[in-house]
Parts: sequence; structure tokens; C-alpha cells
Amino acid sequence: MIENLTVAERRSAMLILGALALVGLAMAALAHGDPMGVHGFIVLLFAAVLFFIVGEGIYAPEPPVSRLDAYYDDPTKVGIILALVWAVVGMFVGVWVAALLAWPDLRFDGAWSGFGRLRPVHTSGVIFGFGGNALIATSFHVMQRTSRARLPGALSPWFVLLGFNLFCIIAASGYLMGITQSKEYAEPEWYADIWLVIVWVIYFVLYIRTLARRNEPHIYVANWYYLSFVLVVAMLHIFNNLAVPASFTAAKSYSAFSGVQDAMTQWWYGHNAVAFFLTTGFLAMLYYFMPKRAQRPIYSYRLSILSFWGIVFFYIWVGSHHLHYTALPVWVQTLGMTFSVMLLVPSWATAGNALMTLNGAWHKVRDDATLRFMMIGAVFYGLTTFEGSFLAIRPVNALSHYTDWTVGHVHAGTLGWVSFIIFGSFYAVVPILWRRETMYSWRLVEWHFWIALAGTVIYVFAMWNSGIIQGLMWRTYTDAGTLKYSFVDTLVAMHPYYIARAFGGLLFLIGAIICFYNVVMTIRHVPYAEPAIDYPTTSEAGEPALPAAE
Amino acid sequence: MTILYLLIPLSLFMGLVGFTAFLWSVGDGQYEDLVGAAERILYDPDAPEPQSAPDATAGIEETKR
Repeated sequence: MIENLTVAERRSAMLILGALALVGLAMAALAHGDPMGVHGFIVLLFAAVLFFIVGEGIYAPEPPVSRLDAYYDDPTKVGIILALVWAVVGMFVGVWVAALLAWPDLRFDGAWSGFGRLRPVHTSGVIFGFGGNALIATSFHVMQRTSRARLPGALSPWFVLLGFNLFCIIAASGYLMGITQSKEYAEPEWYADIWLVIVWVIYFVLYIRTLARRNEPHIYVANWYYLSFVLVVAMLHIFNNLAVPASFTAAKSYSAFSGVQDAMTQWWYGHNAVAFFLTTGFLAMLYYFMPKRAQRPIYSYRLSILSFWGIVFFYIWVGSHHLHYTALPVWVQTLGMTFSVMLLVPSWATAGNALMTLNGAWHKVRDDATLRFMMIGAVFYGLTTFEGSFLAIRPVNALSHYTDWTVGHVHAGTLGWVSFIIFGSFYAVVPILWRRETMYSWRLVEWHFWIALAGTVIYVFAMWNSGIIQGLMWRTYTDAGTLKYSFVDTLVAMHPYYIARAFGGLLFLIGAIICFYNVVMTIRHVPYAEPAIDYPTTSEAGEPALPAAE
Repeated sequence: MTILYLLIPLSLFMGLVGFTAFLWSVGDGQYEDLVGAAERILYDPDAPEPQSAPDATAGIEETKR
């Protein structure tokens, strides 16, 4: 991998890593006894390990110029492996916290193992570690292919990928030490946030530079989805994390906003994180990998573009539906609710478009578990977006909010839609990237598919039942006008569903481990093969495109 | 709710950015050939346009490095 970098890039990498090591050293030295010092050592170790890896290859000969005739896939490959490692870790912690709710003793009396500390390790681990790495890796793949251009440099993709993983490590280790700013999906403290801004700006610049070099006049719709993910997440991240550090040598900071103002900012961020981190980037995967895998163009390309602009203009307004019946002004709640319902139109247009793409190729869906992963992803995307619009309606929200129904809704989206499209895309792209004949075992892909689907269905049904029972028990009154059930009564009622949920999650974790094993075995044991691709001669589309600049 | 004085302009600004990008994409002729655009990704030779050959693409190479 190092020998594919130019000598100048290797030197720059060592300089950057040296500077990063110094930052880590300063953090470790200046934070007297504060947990930030531990983070300093983690940064130092991270930089040192990479420094020696690069240093080992520093005297390798300059790579041949012919490297420019191929796509630069090294960061994509590492990103896929990292995504799967995070998937296994994040889902394991998820099963653990699910089990903690059913059997609270599993905490083992540690301060670090409380539900409040482990839960963000799960959420950040799967959303950012698994989802984020999958987004970055596949975006590098897709932006090059659809632009027919190589990444502009070899250094910045590595900076983006590894810098993002450093952020994830800082985040997860911080939660265990109790470092959190208590904002959902934005828990890391100020120094991690600043680091992510740097990484993210470079990611955006890298994306724009690749598109600017494209040899294909049209920017494929997947790139628009990825770009909206990169751009909007940057904006959300910066404004939601505006905070004043109590001291520059300690982790603690105070939010720039307070009370309901802070809540509004948080959920403006929170729902847009669902929109632009957990939706648009994965729609990009859907719009690229599903047509590629099915070998059919998207059913209506026009509709895919309309859905994109619909999602972009509607999504940004929906965050306030998380704050129904709070101190937020009613008109702001109503605004969020209205836009949430309107969102159903572009969402279902997308889900329908995906399924119509497969219409006429159902025999492929039947035979190919990879394509079936993507199909189920599209189905769950349709289900979840319908459920989301429904739950955002104020009277429905009165029943569902603060109950497990929300948890069920989120997991229908993250397990059924996001994870399925990731796994489908990974199974499609791994043999292409590593130039392998096939996956190591299609039987294991099939097993993974059914185990993951069973896990998702068990999870979601358990949470629907649990959440609706919980909500109904909370609002049941006696004839005397007092509450009929105590809080503990609801816990007793939910206990069986918590066990079912932990079991469903365990199935999903087993599926992820199977996927990881299958990918590793594909890389190690499947023979090398140039992928066979048809070059059509009848279509104009097969003609080489002119560089966009000309 | 002073926060709305920040969040609403910010959301409108992002909408404006999106709208500008949309107008650019229409003006640039991005939507002239939607059928071809949808199909071209399927005919991917899995290699970028050659850049290392010095003769044919010398000018391009200079600007693209």
C-alpha cells in the first residue's frame, strides 16, 4: 500500500503524522489527570503506529506512472474492512446494552459499563464506525467510476478515512471514560468535533476535485446524494457542536445554547443526521450498486433526480417533530410535522423506483442473495419512511414518543434499510475491488441474508409490541382519575420483548460476523481474476466520453 | 426562541445552496440525456481514462495532475 504513494506523498504523510503525534503529546502532557490526557495518548499511539507503517515503506521506489491508468482503490479496501470491524464491535455492544435492559446485572458493577456509557458506544460504533466507513469507502469507489477519473491524489483519501476513524476511536473510548456532551449522536467533546471538521472539509474538497476531473459530462445521481451527505453533515456538525470549553486542557465544554434553544438545535441536527448521514449517502449506494448488480438501468432516472431535490428541500425542516408537546412553539412543531408528512412523496418515489428497477428481473433477486439484500433494503426504506411520517403526526406521537416504538422505528431503518444496503453493496463490490472470481462462499451470503432478515423482523416486531404496550399503559387512567400502572408495571410488561429484542440483535450480529469472515476469506483464498465486463458496441453510451473540460 | 433566528436563515441558506446547485445542473445540461446517463454506469470498463500515455493526452495530463 505504501509503495503506491509517491515519495513526496510519503514524506507529507510522515510530516502530518509527526504533527499529529505532537498534538497527542501536548494533550497528554497538559491535561493534568483529566480524561483528555488518555485521549492524548491514544492520538499519540495512533500517529506513531501509522508513522512507522509509512516509514517502513519510505525507501520503496517511486510508483510507475501507469498507476494513473487505474482507479485508486487502496483506501476503499481498507475502508470496507474497517467498516466490518466496526460493525462487529458496534453490534456486539448493541446486543450487550439490549441484554442489559433485560438483565441489569450484566453491568458487572463497573462505572464504564453502565447503560448510559455503553449505549453511545453502540450508536456511534454502528452509525459512524460501520455506516460512516461504508459511506466513505463506497463514495471513493463510486465517485471514481461514475466520473471515469482517478482520485486527484493518494494522500487526502487516506487522511479522510484514517482521520475519520481516529474520530470514531476518540468518541467510543471517551464514552467509556464518561466524556460526553450529552447530545444524541453528537456526544464527542470539542476537540474531537474540531478534528472532524478538518477531516470533513478535506473530504468535501476531495469529492469536488474528483468531480472536476471527470471524463464523463454527466454527474451521476449517486454523486449528488453523496455530496449532499458530505456538505450538510459538515454544516450540521459545526452548528450543533458550538460550545465553549471550560478549559483548553480538559474535555468538559458548555453548549452555546441552553434549554429549549439547545434542544431545537440538537434535533435540527439529530433528524438531519438521520436524513443526510443515514439516508442520502445510502441512497447513493442504492442508486449505484443496485443497477450495477441487476445489470439494468434505474427504472426512472428522471424520478431519481426529482426525489433527490425533493429530499434535499424537505428534509432540513423536519427536526422539530422530535419536540412535540414541549416548550417549543406550536407553529414550529407543526412546521416539522407538515414537512415530515410531505417527505413521504420523495421517499416513496425512491423506494418505488428501486423496486421497479428490479421488476422484470425477479429471477435475479430469487437467485442472487446480494441483490436480495438490496431489494429488502429498498422495502424497509419504504416501510420506515412511511412509519416516520406517521410517527411525526402530533397525536400519533403522543402515543409513540419516549416509548420503544421509536427504538423499533430507528432499527427498522438502520437494520432493515441501512445495513442491508451496505451488506448488499459490499458483497457486490468486494470481488470487483480485490479482482476475485467470486465471493468465497455464496452459501454464507445466503445464510447471512436469512439470519439478518430474521433478526431484523424479530427486533422490530418486539419493539413495536413493547412500545405500544408501554405507551398505552402510560396513558391508562383509573375511574378515580389516577394513573393505573406504575413505571415498574410497564417494565414487567416489556421484559419478554426485551429478551426477544436482544435475541434479534444477536442474530443480526451473527450475520455481520459471517459477512466479515466471508470477506476475509474472499481476499485470502479466492483466486485472482479480471472481472468480466461486457463492452457493448451498439450503444452510443459505450463510446469514450470527452473530458468535461473540453 | 431566539435560536430560530439562527436556524431558519441557516436552513434557508442551505436551501439556497441547493437551489443554486440545481440551477447550475440545469444550465450545464446535466439533464439533457437521462436515458444515456442512467445506462452509461453499466458499461464501466473499471479503469479511468488513460492518463499516463504522454502522446494523446499530454495537455490533459498537465492540467489534471
